[in-house]
Amino acid sequence: MKARILVSFKDSVLDPQGQAVRNALHTLGYEPIRDVRQGKVFDLELGGISRTEAERLLPEVAAKVLANVVIEKYTWQILED
Amino acid sequence: MKFGVVVFPGSNCDADAYHAFKDALGQPTTYLWHKDHDLRGVDCVILPGGFSYGDYLRSGAIARFSPLMREVREFAGKGGLVLGICNGFQVLLELNLLPGAMLRNKRLKFLCQYVTIRVENDKTPFTRKGTKGRVLRIPIAHFDGNWYAPLETVKEVEGNGQVVFRYCDSEGRLTEESNINGSLNAVAGLMNKEGNVMGMMPHPERAVESILGSEDGLVVLHSLLENIS
Repeated sequence: MKARILVSFKDSVLDPQGQAVRNALHTLGYEPIRDVRQGKVFDLELGGISRTEAERLLPEVAAKVLANVVIEKYTWQILED
Repeated sequence: MKFGVVVFPGSNCDADAYHAFKDALGQPTTYLWHKDHDLRGVDCVILPGGFSYGDYLRSGAIARFSPLMREVREFAGKGGLVLGICNGFQVLLELNLLPGAMLRNKRLKFLCQYVTIRVENDKTPFTRKGTKGRVLRIPIAHFDGNWYAPLETVKEVEGNGQVVFRYCDSEGRLTEESNINGSLNAVAGLMNKEGNVMGMMPHPERAVESILGSEDGLVVLHSLLENIS
């Protein structure tokens, strides 16, 4: 089973790296890009568990390890059974 | 008083801390391997600076799961003294022994230089040899030292007097310029509500001998010695 967890800064947290990327894009003339928020992608391969168990496990590891919930939010999805 | 310096893979200020507590302070000091489950009867645990686990994931995020951290958490829970310096501060935040989290420095630069910090609270086991308002010259070396916490947490921390040091200019004034990494309320050092766990981004262990350029870090080391009952 394949799953993906996305971690990025909460909207209330300033993301200076995303801003630097946005500014670089503006320098290159990509003016329509109004804002950039940078984050992390975790592609996970799971084995030996059911889809229901995976649906419990993914948010758990996201909240406990992959994201620091003081500053970051996460989303998860199962890509392949 | 016995000090223990925790060594993680990637720690690089462990030897500096060991030297500062053993030689400059003249106290029995031991290294504590992160994989052990034994604090060897130390009176104070030091989490040193460096790049534990290569800063993978987030600074301090993996070190938090090291076996010895179970004992450190228990030790802190019983009122044991814990000092986290730089990466050690980041580990304490990840452990939730201190509130908030670290963001990248405001100008996205690794900062390696002397800074001046002001003692905000001199009624702590880490600063009782200092006086409120005293300015200390101590070096920093970090990428992620921009302390952040939700507004409610900041209010609570300020209300409890948990801010121990703030970045300031050489006269002790708080300016935007002197808040070098962009920390909320210019926080440079922070303790828990109980006052036995402190994290600071500046490196007191690198400012303990005049040959190093400053002896101001001794304020913290000497304060710790005052805790011997």
